[in-house]
Amino acid sequence: MFELLGELFSYPFVIRALVVGIMVALCASLLGVSLVLKRYSMIGDGLSHVGFGTLAIAMSLNLAPLEVSIPLVLLAAFLLLRISENSRIKGDAAIALISSSSLAIGVVVIAMTVGMNADVCNYMFGSILAMKKSDVYLSVAVSIAVLVLFVFFYNKIFAVTFDENFAKAAGTRTGVYNMLIAFLTALIIVVGMRIMGAMLISSLIIFPALTAMRVFNSFRRVVICAAFLSVICFFIGIVFSFALDTPAGASVVLVNLAAFVLFFALGRIRKLA
Amino acid sequence: MGVLFACESVSVKYDMGFAVENVSFELEAGDYLCIVGENGSGKTTLLKTIAGLVRPAAGKVDLRGVKQSEIGYLPQQTPLQKDFPANVMEVVLSGRLGRNGWLPFYTKRDKDSANEEIVRLNIGDIKFASYRSLSGGQQQRALLARALCATDKLLLLDEPTSGLDPLIASELYRILRELNERGLTIVMVSHDVGSAVHYGNKVLHMQTSKLFFGSQNDYVASDAGRRLLGGAAAGRRLPGGTAYV
Ligand SMILES: Nc1ncnc2c1ncn2[C@@H]1O[C@H](COP(=O)(O)OP(=O)(O)OP(=O)(O)O)[C@@H](O)[C@H]1O
Ligand SMILES: [Mg+2]
Repeated sequence: MFELLGELFSYPFVIRALVVGIMVALCASLLGVSLVLKRYSMIGDGLSHVGFGTLAIAMSLNLAPLEVSIPLVLLAAFLLLRISENSRIKGDAAIALISSSSLAIGVVVIAMTVGMNADVCNYMFGSILAMKKSDVYLSVAVSIAVLVLFVFFYNKIFAVTFDENFAKAAGTRTGVYNMLIAFLTALIIVVGMRIMGAMLISSLIIFPALTAMRVFNSFRRVVICAAFLSVICFFIGIVFSFALDTPAGASVVLVNLAAFVLFFALGRIRKLA
Repeated sequence: MGVLFACESVSVKYDMGFAVENVSFELEAGDYLCIVGENGSGKTTLLKTIAGLVRPAAGKVDLRGVKQSEIGYLPQQTPLQKDFPANVMEVVLSGRLGRNGWLPFYTKRDKDSANEEIVRLNIGDIKFASYRSLSGGQQQRALLARALCATDKLLLLDEPTSGLDPLIASELYRILRELNERGLTIVMVSHDVGSAVHYGNKVLHMQTSKLFFGSQNDYVASDAGRRLLGGAAAGRRLPGGTAYV
């Protein structure tokens, strides 16, 4: 066990994946609590698919992936939020359309240019090799910004999540905070997408929140528990990925699933007791 | 006392047509207005318009003596909240949010005020209980405490007694009356017409448009009032779940 960990830490790419991944896991879980409770999980899913499309385009044009993806996914976040706030259009159907279209565009672009190779599989399901040195700085900076904003606006985020109408009636500019949550989510998805994979990054948002809610009853505790869970599950998942040579994202998701099952059982037991 | 706010020819339109049509009235500081009317008559919509949640298609709500951030609102409950992980203290404290602007954390004053409302509504023993595990009546009281945290000027209540047992309901009416006597202006939507008319000093009877607006005494004598209150309105006994003194 210790040998494995020693070996793990001797590779710089693993360290990079861990540093970025842990930051992303932390931020994703914090935002996730709000997104899940607002029934906005679909937005996270949609954004990750849009992210895949932009990544494919960047790759085929030989452009820097993050610099291309970030503005485009932010734009998508703006649109998706607008769509789901507008009750006239069927919100989740529209989001499903956008997300599958982006995915299709990405796959076709890749097939026409670089071809379906191992890289594509990594983009979809994650790889610990994904992080270049230059990516690390940008990713860490983005994560820290997300973290600071979340802590600073924690109370507002609670109020807007719990009861948007009340907050609005009391003069809080709820639209601004909804947009803030959507933008922060977009940033985290783009940054985390290459380690976790475009198909799986949204689980990093959804799982920890759902798991924590099985057991804890106050918003603060759910947030704190989700954050810890997310980081721990990510770490364990990466160790698995390294030891068994499985895709990083998929391994992390499976660990998250195990945690969910455990907490689900705990919650049930607590209810009976 | 001066006019607190005025509805000026307010109309609200949804897809199928007007929910509220051409409603005008003024409310003075210290008034206790009860909005009555049948299901679907536009009561909630009007209240939301006053709260700034719905934009009128025509006309406007003129907030003269009160700022948007000084309004406390008790919504008709949404299903989303029913299974939300939050404790009562977190919910009540969130009522202070509109007041502290950019401040990222609650101050001691915020916490004191939350505690005061918790005591007033007699939910001290469930202060740290999970909101989703509370009974409907307890949830309602937590939300009312939150609304009181948000304001000492204008309280907008949408069916505050729905789901409360008669004893708790009359206790709630007592608390509201006490707050009103200390100067809080109250606008309450209610199906409990008897109590509404009993406790309020003004009545607005909605039927998409304004069927009646005026003092409570005039309402009891009016056609609209007689119809809604039933034959009993002519006599001393008013219908409704609560006992009157
Ligand atoms: N969000 C909405 N979209 C479309 N129509 C709506 C919406 N909200 C309300 N309506 C319609 O507007 C009308 C007035 O509704 P409102 O909720 O104001 O009635 P209400 O008097 O509060 O009824 P209740 O006593 O049942 O609470 C109804 O016909 C309703 O169907
Ligand atoms: Mg209503």
